[in-house]
Amino acid sequence: MSFRVGVVTFPGSLDDRDAARAVTIAGGTAVSLWHADANLHSVDAIVLPGGFSYGDYLRCGAIARFAPVMEKIVDAANGGLPVLGICNGFQILCESHLLPGALTRNDHLHFICRDQKLKIENNNTAWTVDYELGQEIVVPLKNGEGGYVADDYTLDQLEGEGLVIARYLDGNPNGSRRDIAGISNQAGNVVGLMPHPEHAVEALTGPTTDGLGFFTSVLTSLVKNGQVAV
Amino acid sequence: MSVDKVQDALTNPNQEQPFAELGLKQDEYESIREILGRRPTSSELAMYSVMWSEHCSYKSSKVHLRQFGEKAPHSDALLVGIGENAGVVDIGDGWAVTFKVESHNHPSYVEPYQGAATGVGGIVRDIISMGARPVAIMDPLRFGDPTHPDTRRVLTGIVSGVGGYGNCLGLPNIGGEIVFDASYQGNPLVNALCVGTMRHADIHLAKATGIGNSVILYGARTGGDGIGGVSVLASETFDADGPAKRPSVQVGDPFMEKLLIECTLEVLHAGLVEGIQDLGGAGISCATSELASNGEGGMHVWLDRVLLRDSTLSPEEILMSESQERMCAVVEPKQVDAFLAVCKKWDIEAVVIGEVNDSGRLTVDWHGEQIVDVPPRSVAHDGPVYNRPLARPDWQDARQANVPDDLPRPKSANEIRETFMTMIATPNLAAKTWVTSQYDRYVMGNTVLAQPEDSGMIRVDEESGLGVAVSTDCNARFAALDPYRGAQLAYAESYRNVAVTGAVPLAVTNCLNFGSPEDPSVMWQFEQAVTGLADACLQMNTPVTGGNVSFYNQTGDVAIHPTPVVGVLGVIDDVDRRTPMAWAEDGELIYVLGETKDELAGSEWAHAIHNHLGGLPPGLDLNKEKTLAEILVAGSRDGMFSAAHDVSDGGIAQSLAEMAMKSNIGARTWIPDGIDPFVFLWSESATRAIVVVARSEEMRFTAMCEAREFAATRIGVVDSQLANEIGSPDQVLQIDGVYAQSVVLPIGELREASEATLPALFG
Repeated sequence: MSFRVGVVTFPGSLDDRDAARAVTIAGGTAVSLWHADANLHSVDAIVLPGGFSYGDYLRCGAIARFAPVMEKIVDAANGGLPVLGICNGFQILCESHLLPGALTRNDHLHFICRDQKLKIENNNTAWTVDYELGQEIVVPLKNGEGGYVADDYTLDQLEGEGLVIARYLDGNPNGSRRDIAGISNQAGNVVGLMPHPEHAVEALTGPTTDGLGFFTSVLTSLVKNGQVAV
Repeated sequence: MSVDKVQDALTNPNQEQPFAELGLKQDEYESIREILGRRPTSSELAMYSVMWSEHCSYKSSKVHLRQFGEKAPHSDALLVGIGENAGVVDIGDGWAVTFKVESHNHPSYVEPYQGAATGVGGIVRDIISMGARPVAIMDPLRFGDPTHPDTRRVLTGIVSGVGGYGNCLGLPNIGGEIVFDASYQGNPLVNALCVGTMRHADIHLAKATGIGNSVILYGARTGGDGIGGVSVLASETFDADGPAKRPSVQVGDPFMEKLLIECTLEVLHAGLVEGIQDLGGAGISCATSELASNGEGGMHVWLDRVLLRDSTLSPEEILMSESQERMCAVVEPKQVDAFLAVCKKWDIEAVVIGEVNDSGRLTVDWHGEQIVDVPPRSVAHDGPVYNRPLARPDWQDARQANVPDDLPRPKSANEIRETFMTMIATPNLAAKTWVTSQYDRYVMGNTVLAQPEDSGMIRVDEESGLGVAVSTDCNARFAALDPYRGAQLAYAESYRNVAVTGAVPLAVTNCLNFGSPEDPSVMWQFEQAVTGLADACLQMNTPVTGGNVSFYNQTGDVAIHPTPVVGVLGVIDDVDRRTPMAWAEDGELIYVLGETKDELAGSEWAHAIHNHLGGLPPGLDLNKEKTLAEILVAGSRDGMFSAAHDVSDGGIAQSLAEMAMKSNIGARTWIPDGIDPFVFLWSESATRAIVVVARSEEMRFTAMCEAREFAATRIGVVDSQLANEIGSPDQVLQIDGVYAQSVVLPIGELREASEATLPALFG
């Protein structure tokens, strides 16, 4: 069994190594993808890691969406390729219109880094099938612009279709509308998440190992769909 | 625009020059004339003024800092010693670690956000210029009275700056200090420490070797920011009117610095670089003169090739600019194209600005005309050296005689409880979460321990678990009472904090923050502190690998407390066996290692409750400190400890409270026989730690302490059932034997009090 997960490095990506480590611990092979290389190198799934792509100047993720590799990723995602955007990756997915809404400056105006409790609200996506519905997990959260916003119509639609995949528990850390921590697209292959599951994959360095489920989930769903042989 | 050429200096030898405005003294100006045999050109004057500044030349501290070299213990671990951008230590398995702490105090008062941000940026470039990948930062910070209105401006700006820059760089912030004292009101301290790791083969040095090699300037463009930052800002005291030197503060771009890290490591690993130097204080003047001076001795620079942000900059300004995120590399001509290609990949601008030669001169041209012709060593290394007068302050005796013995102490269980709740919420002891939660501690995925643990700990080798622990400490009140012992106590605390986590202390860095060297009292404090630290390092066999001096932390006549911040780095074979600070299971036994004496002078209790500073600081026996560290490391290696925590600021009371709050599990503790409860709880005697021992390990543990003749006293037991027994909904820390009564402290109440302080002041 071998599954290849591409991890994109933009100028200013920071958690790319962490995402690659998480893929490896989950049993996959991490493949480094370069922002300027419009080639997905036949990966089975893609992680857009956290960081400050292009310094987050102008607006978080606004410049990254125009990177050559993103054009390929948007096409592939529309074709069903599993894509997980973490933090800055979530922002890039919103800027690319693969996911609705936007991430805005935290309501308290400070960067915040803390261990965050989440509730998994949809375990039918490519990145969450290994969790129980309603499972509570703790993973690090760290962002300056993590407040999820969308108009009420879009929020109602997300809720109605069960596309909110995780919600903050024990206090909303950034003013996200309706405590939303992560969402998915309708097909369930594209997921954006503000907290960092890749920092919770080893007991030694993370608050828990609760984050590993995102990375094992993608393997489970690839196997289920017959895209990766066991 | 007419430019002052070397030819002009000869034909017009008596032109008046603004050396005083540039921070040079009359006799310094005269010696420049002597070295050159003529008056300097305006560009040469600019170079000398920044390079001969206190900040760059260490002219007042040099004669004392020599002790770190003269008293250096023999150590096989030291791969690169003092004098380079940062020292390098061997940690085994072919791995090397470099670490250094630097100050950015003056800019951070003038412009807190940018001052702190570029402080982080500067130390990170020191680390990459050694060939290492930066893996962690720490920031010891000191502020004035927390209730003073200006403290809010300074603290919030500095914290945002440290976070804004460090978070965007992708470096975990794993610790540091936040201390409040009115002596820092007009002179806050921003010290920044960076740790980097590399393979032995990747070590690089700052020298321009190889005649004909190209000198490449790469990174951000040069602008008009930070001009004269080291000379007119960092090397003078502030006026009572407050800061008004904003154009001298640099502006940082962490995104560019992140690209610079990746680009620099790529060119180094590809073997494209002969020598490398970062551009920090004194900018191009520093980089070119130091590279030339350390290498073949000659270099020619075409200054008009430097890429500019502002095309109107004069050559003098370009030479002095401290624009951030720039590096200088010496590259063989045949590798220049490959070097430039890597820069292009990372979207970094680069240009060949010079060439190494054997002329023995540093020459600079500006549009075909020579504007600089100097011996590089005279700029970089042979600056003035002062043996400034020093004198024990006339108030020192009175201060030492003003012992805290008569200060009112709590005398009943009720008063002890009241003192406990006050102390835990006092700004210096209160939880620093409000600050540290603004820093990313997770990025890179190798952070094993971070604030509020005793040391920050980083995994270096993911396969073997080899790692390093780093701590920075200084109780400046102790140094104010006795700078020699105060520096040793700072060293001992930092050393202990590393050992508490299970790491073996290996090497030392320091950031020596003092008032004006032109004040003999300050110079005496400095000489005493350096001597104390050098003596301690020799005795404990931990070499000083480098450091930084910051003078002129003084407003008018008021100097800061002498603040010799000491950073100790230790190595641990397997981070998996680190000792955390939180106890874990019922039945574990709580021991205090070391002896508690009535030592309250300079303590947090005397400061917070009585605003008192007097007496002599706690005694220190470094041999015992070494034994304690051996016990802590052996106990960690042999799996005896489930937790351990240093005892220092706030005494045993604070240590127990922090352990209880971190674990959220209750404990029953007691005051040992023969000691006053107040003294036991709040004395700050040195060389103590609390360890938590599994019952099955108790015999082995006590036998080890007995064999080493080190005091170990059982003072409690971890007990989560205690809350049930006394009907408390919350876990409790109970202290028995307090004037024949028990003091019961619900952990939730402790946490609430501890965590409320900083948000209430600054949130």
